[in-house]
Amino acid sequence: MASRCVTWSKSYRCDIVKVGKIVAPTLQARNSPLASSDEQLKLLAASKSCSPFHAKMEQAGLAPLHATGISVFQINVGKLCNQTCRHCHVDAGPDRKEQMAHDTAELCIKALARTGIPTVDITGGAPELNPNFRWLVEQSRALGRHVIDRCNLTVLLMPSQEDLPEFLARHQVEVIASLPYFLPAQTDAQRGEGVFDKSVHALQKLNKFGYGADGSGLILNLVYNPVGAFLPPTQEAMETQFKRELATRYGITFNHLYTITNMPISRFLEFLVESGNFEGYMQRLANAFNPAAAVGVMCRYTLSVGWDGTLYDCDFNQMLDVPVDFGAPRHIRDFDAAQLHTRRIVIGNHCYGCTAGAGSSCGGAMG
Amino acid sequence: MDTYYHPHDLGKFADMGKGNKNLWDKFMSYYSAVFAEAALTEREKALIALGVAHAVQCPYCIDAYSQACLEKGSNTEEMTEAVHVACAIRGGASLVHGVQMRNVVEKLSM
Repeated sequence: MASRCVTWSKSYRCDIVKVGKIVAPTLQARNSPLASSDEQLKLLAASKSCSPFHAKMEQAGLAPLHATGISVFQINVGKLCNQTCRHCHVDAGPDRKEQMAHDTAELCIKALARTGIPTVDITGGAPELNPNFRWLVEQSRALGRHVIDRCNLTVLLMPSQEDLPEFLARHQVEVIASLPYFLPAQTDAQRGEGVFDKSVHALQKLNKFGYGADGSGLILNLVYNPVGAFLPPTQEAMETQFKRELATRYGITFNHLYTITNMPISRFLEFLVESGNFEGYMQRLANAFNPAAAVGVMCRYTLSVGWDGTLYDCDFNQMLDVPVDFGAPRHIRDFDAAQLHTRRIVIGNHCYGCTAGAGSSCGGAMG
Repeated sequence: MDTYYHPHDLGKFADMGKGNKNLWDKFMSYYSAVFAEAALTEREKALIALGVAHAVQCPYCIDAYSQACLEKGSNTEEMTEAVHVACAIRGGASLVHGVQMRNVVEKLSM
C-alpha cells in the first residue's frame, strides 16, 4: 500500500497548491472508470459478499426508510480541495471545478430562513475555498443557526486563508476537522505527504484562538477514519487515546472525536478494488450490520444540498448522483419542508457503511 | 484438499458448535468475557492475542487479530512489538533450556 502511495505521489505534482505540495490526482483527472457514479453503483450492486441492502432492511423491519424531520441542513459547496486524500468519497482535489455559485447559496439561505432547522453543516471539498463560504456562514449565523465547518486543517495554512481561524471564532463556528491518526505515517498515507505536520500546526493555531478549550464555547471536534479496509474502533476508546497522545506529543486539546467508517465509494472504492479488498470489505460491513445503527442513520435527519442546488438524502448519495426521490422536490429552488421532512430515503449497498457496528455518519458513531 | 489451511475456513469456525453445542456455547461465552473491556482495554487484549497467535503460529488467529488490532486503534509499530514479545518469549524458552543442557554436561563431565 505504502509503495503505491509513493508511486502516486511522485507521478503527480500540483504546483498550484502550496499546502500539501505533493498530491495524488483525482479519479476524474486520471479518467478512471470509477469517476463515473454509474460504474460505482454497478460495482456495488454486483457485490457477491452482501445481500442487497434493501433486503437487509426489509428483514430488519426497517424498509421503507423515511426521514424523521430535518435537523441538519448540509451544504456541499463543491469539490475543490487543496488535498487529494486516498479515501475521499467526493473525489475532491485541486483540479475540480464544481463550485456553488452565489445565486444557489442565496437559495439555500432563503430555504433555511423558512424553516427552524437548527444546524447548518458546510462541507466540500475544502468548503472554505468557495468564495461564498463566509457569506453562507454569516447569513446562517444571522438566522441564529449553529454552523459547522468540515475542515481539512491544512487549508488553514494557505496564505489566502490566514484570517480564517479568527473568522470562524468570531462567528462561533464549530470546526469538525479530519485527522485519521495521531501519528504521521498513517495520516500521510491517507491524506498526502506532509499533511500530518501541517494538520498539527493548524490544530495548534485553532487552540490559540480558544478552539477546544473548556468554557470557550468554541467547539473543535476531530474525525477519525480507518487508514485502510477495516472498521473503526469504538469512539470512546479512540477519543481517550487521541486526547492523551495529542496532548502529550503536541499540546493539542479538542472536544470530541468522531469515528467514521470509510464508505465504499469513489476513491476509497478504487483503493478497495485495487488492493483486492472490495469483497472482503463489503462482507465485513454487511456482517457488522446493526439494526440499531440503521434506525439512527443521519440521512433520516439531514438534507444534503449539492453545489448546483440538487437535493440528496446524504453526502454519499450526492457523490453517487442519486438525488432525493419518491416525489420529493429535487432542487433547492423548489424546497418544500413538509414534503422533505418525511421523505422516503433512497438506499443502496453503499449504505452498509453507515449501518456497520456502532454505526457511522457525518456525526460519527451513535452512542 | 490441496492445503491444510484455507482463509475462508476462518468463517466456518462456528461449525465447531455442530458437534457439541453445549461445549461451544460455554467456550464462546468464556471467550467473549475474556476479550471484554475490563482491567485491560479491548485494545490491549487484542495486542496480547496477536502476540499469542504468533507464538502458537495459528494463521487464522494472526488473520483475525491483525484486523482486530487495527479495528481497536493499534498501529503497525505496536503490533510489531507485540510479535517481538512472542518471539522473545519463544526464543527465551529455548535458550533457558540451555540450563538443562549445562546441568547434563556438568553431571556427565569430569
